[in-house]
Amino acid sequence: MNSGISGYVIQRLLGTIPILIGVGIVTFVLVRVLPGDPAVFYVTGPVVTQEAVQAVREALGLDQPLYLQLFHYFGQILTGDLGRSLTTGQAVTVSLMQRLPASLELSIVAMTLAIALSIPLGIIAATRLGTWSDYAIRFAATVGVSLPASVLGILLILVFYYYVGFAPDPIGRLDPFVATPQSITGFLLIDSLLAGNLEAFRSAAAQVALPALTVALVVMGPILRITRSSMVDVLTSDYIRTCRAAGFNWWTTYVRYGLRNALLPVLTTVGLIIAYLIGANVVVEKLFAWPGVGAYSIDALLASDYAPVQGYMLLMTALFVVINTMVDVLSALVDPRVRAQ
Amino acid sequence: MMKPLNSSPLLEVKDLTVTFSTSTERVKGVEKINLQIHDGETLGIVGESGSGKSVTAYAMMGLLARNGRIDSGEVRFAGQAICSDPRALASVRGKEVGFIFQNPRAALNPLIRVGDQILDAVLMSKRPPATKKEARARVIELLEMVRIDRAMERSRAYPHELSGGMCQRILIAMALASEPRLLIADEPTTGLDVTTQKVIMDTLRDLASSRGLATLLITHDLGLAAEYCSRLMVMSQGHVVEEGDTLAVLARPRQPYTQRLVAATPRIGKELKDLLPPGQQPPPTVAPDQGRQVETPALNLRLLQVEGLRKSFGTRSQHRQSWLPRWARRGNDVCDGQREQADALIHAVRDVSFHLEEGEAIGIVGESGSGKTTTSRMVARLLDQSTGSIVFMGQDIGKQSSRSFTSSPMRREIQVVFQDPLGSLNPRFTAYDSIRNPLRNCTQSLNGGELSRDSEHEQILAAAQQAGLAPELLSRFPHQLSGGQQARVGIARALVVRPKLLILDEPTSALDVSVQAVVLNQLDALRRALNLTVIFVSHDLNVVRLMCDRVLVMRHGSVVESGTTENVFTSPSHAYTRELLAAIPHLKIMQEVDHGQNSAARKTGAFE
Repeated sequence: MNSGISGYVIQRLLGTIPILIGVGIVTFVLVRVLPGDPAVFYVTGPVVTQEAVQAVREALGLDQPLYLQLFHYFGQILTGDLGRSLTTGQAVTVSLMQRLPASLELSIVAMTLAIALSIPLGIIAATRLGTWSDYAIRFAATVGVSLPASVLGILLILVFYYYVGFAPDPIGRLDPFVATPQSITGFLLIDSLLAGNLEAFRSAAAQVALPALTVALVVMGPILRITRSSMVDVLTSDYIRTCRAAGFNWWTTYVRYGLRNALLPVLTTVGLIIAYLIGANVVVEKLFAWPGVGAYSIDALLASDYAPVQGYMLLMTALFVVINTMVDVLSALVDPRVRAQ
Repeated sequence: MMKPLNSSPLLEVKDLTVTFSTSTERVKGVEKINLQIHDGETLGIVGESGSGKSVTAYAMMGLLARNGRIDSGEVRFAGQAICSDPRALASVRGKEVGFIFQNPRAALNPLIRVGDQILDAVLMSKRPPATKKEARARVIELLEMVRIDRAMERSRAYPHELSGGMCQRILIAMALASEPRLLIADEPTTGLDVTTQKVIMDTLRDLASSRGLATLLITHDLGLAAEYCSRLMVMSQGHVVEEGDTLAVLARPRQPYTQRLVAATPRIGKELKDLLPPGQQPPPTVAPDQGRQVETPALNLRLLQVEGLRKSFGTRSQHRQSWLPRWARRGNDVCDGQREQADALIHAVRDVSFHLEEGEAIGIVGESGSGKTTTSRMVARLLDQSTGSIVFMGQDIGKQSSRSFTSSPMRREIQVVFQDPLGSLNPRFTAYDSIRNPLRNCTQSLNGGELSRDSEHEQILAAAQQAGLAPELLSRFPHQLSGGQQARVGIARALVVRPKLLILDEPTSALDVSVQAVVLNQLDALRRALNLTVIFVSHDLNVVRLMCDRVLVMRHGSVVESGTTENVFTSPSHAYTRELLAAIPHLKIMQEVDHGQNSAARKTGAFE
């Protein structure tokens, strides 16, 4: 079975290659079709002359036909080079690798928080179907979904930073006066612990709390709903009736025979949300000055900075496929019927 | 069977009333049910759908759905009141009473190995084994008890890897894990093949009698109840209609409902019209429409000739993974011999040949997976055959792909009535739309051009009338119709284009026997009135016997026996046919019943 699953993973990852090529081409063409000329941005000097723009364009290779540019770009990618940002002057790979851990950290903390809250609440709602607690939980979930992240984030800052004073300055990943631990994994929470730097850990945790809570409150809604409805399905299923008829105790019936089955659809939803979150947290990253990839890509897009946008798209595609594969492998491990397919 | 007359009953139900809350009101499930089961006794509760037989059993053991509630009444197990006391109920459920359900595969947890599910039942039993090792040994012992061979290996399987019959045995093993005194079986063999049904029921009976187990069998199948129960309780619409010794109830039913039920159960020695309640005439012969002259069936007019029909499917693994290098393919743990087997073509139908004269009815019978439906679909041009010819009205329609046949003028000549009456109707179409749709598609070949609205309307009404569907029902949507009415829409939809060949794929298997009796009679009358040629696909040999002139018996995709209905049923030549016939529970006992009924009728002078 193990070799079966690893074979499956290899098959899926090989399947990403054509997707990446496709996404690469589409993004490449798209950013060039969008209005805005990078050359105009980077002409320095007091007067923008046609000649100067033309010179920059030639220097960037933008005067060549599109297919040649594309050809060069893919040649570059094969050597592991995603190009250089025109605004920062840094290699795109370096910037993305610096910023990706920040986005991942925020998403993972937020998802952990959301799962820890919404799954138990979903189960409570399902077991008390139609009671006031069911309604209250569903109402709260709906409110969380309806409030946009921007409003929710500002509200949280207002309450916890401005009024209560509980939270630190909502800027960045770490208090500027705290020594940054040596970067090993890129995840500050882990690196600070590895370095034994508890002060940094406390600061990093305090900094991530509010943005993570904002994201968690937004994504809790769908997770809670899917948990509730799949738990309701499981509780009315024939095999739970068998458990009751066979006199199984509460733990066996609801947790061992019920929860596992109910969590399968939740797993798929959570996977989709994580994959979406990592790249789409733009609003929250901007709001909390979080140095993640979402904020980076938006800045690049606004500056018609081609290379970072393309690199970002490729990275997100790859991440999406990897996370989806992980979800599929996990559900295959849990569900023998999926394994059989 | 021992029945200590003076001892108190093992299970006693007094005046049990159950209601269900719907969004608007509370509806009665069952009302004032009384029943008793003694040690070692076998009681059958029979009734049609909605009679409350399952509700009674679930209510007794506190297994009602959320919206169900026991309003009044008392349930006592071995003298102890259990229905008001959760602790008493817990001491009985899964300890003294074992439960077996319909649809066994769904009743097992799909994510847990069947052996582990039995193990949990063993650990929850009255006297759980002291060690895990003993418990595991007990699981194997239970599996062997329900006659599962290679028990060790099977205990590691997941439910989806086992057949329905095998899953039911696992459930029986679970129910027996704690050595209960009462076994409740709710439609334990519905949906299983007759031969599997026989094995399961025989196993149940042997286990019950060898350990003095009382059994409550809930079933819609009178024949099954007759063969396996000593006492019967007939229920209808939430009430007990009649109760007594099996033979007495079946041979001399006192209540009109029981009489109708007994009469409607098809069996040897009964004709189609016998299925209808005494006094009720077969449906009036439908006036033939003007479109076709009714001739006396012309002999030797060959309508259909099927030759060497074959259908093979490649397995999935072969199709989907062949492009991958061998090491990357899944299922590498399967040894090579098995792999070859798995990659081989699956022959759903092999070399089936038969012919049909005009006006003839042929039955195709077989168990699930025998290829009977696949054969009928190929003849109906809904599925392409792998090889073989289908000559219909002198033309080899087998040469035409099923896709292009849709627009062929021959399309309307072959029509199908499908198995699932509700599922085969578009839920967004009214009955009228459902019948009109094929008529519109076939207008060109049927009427040689546009059809006026009036004449279209007339034809739809005529088809509905032929199928016995009242005109006022035509504006309803499928979910607003009863099962029998849905089946009639399916029949009307097939008839509206005036086909020559009608393929009936299990048209009544989803219906209650009393409804089935009426629909079968209607179909038979139609066939004669319109001189239809019929292919009747069914797993129910009794129904096929009533409806068909000739029979094909299929197994594993091949025809094992064919001949006139009379010959096949009275002197089957193939061992499999004999096995099938022997597995039908009705035959023997109900024949005795019929015999008793006749003598009873003679005694009283008239049978009503």
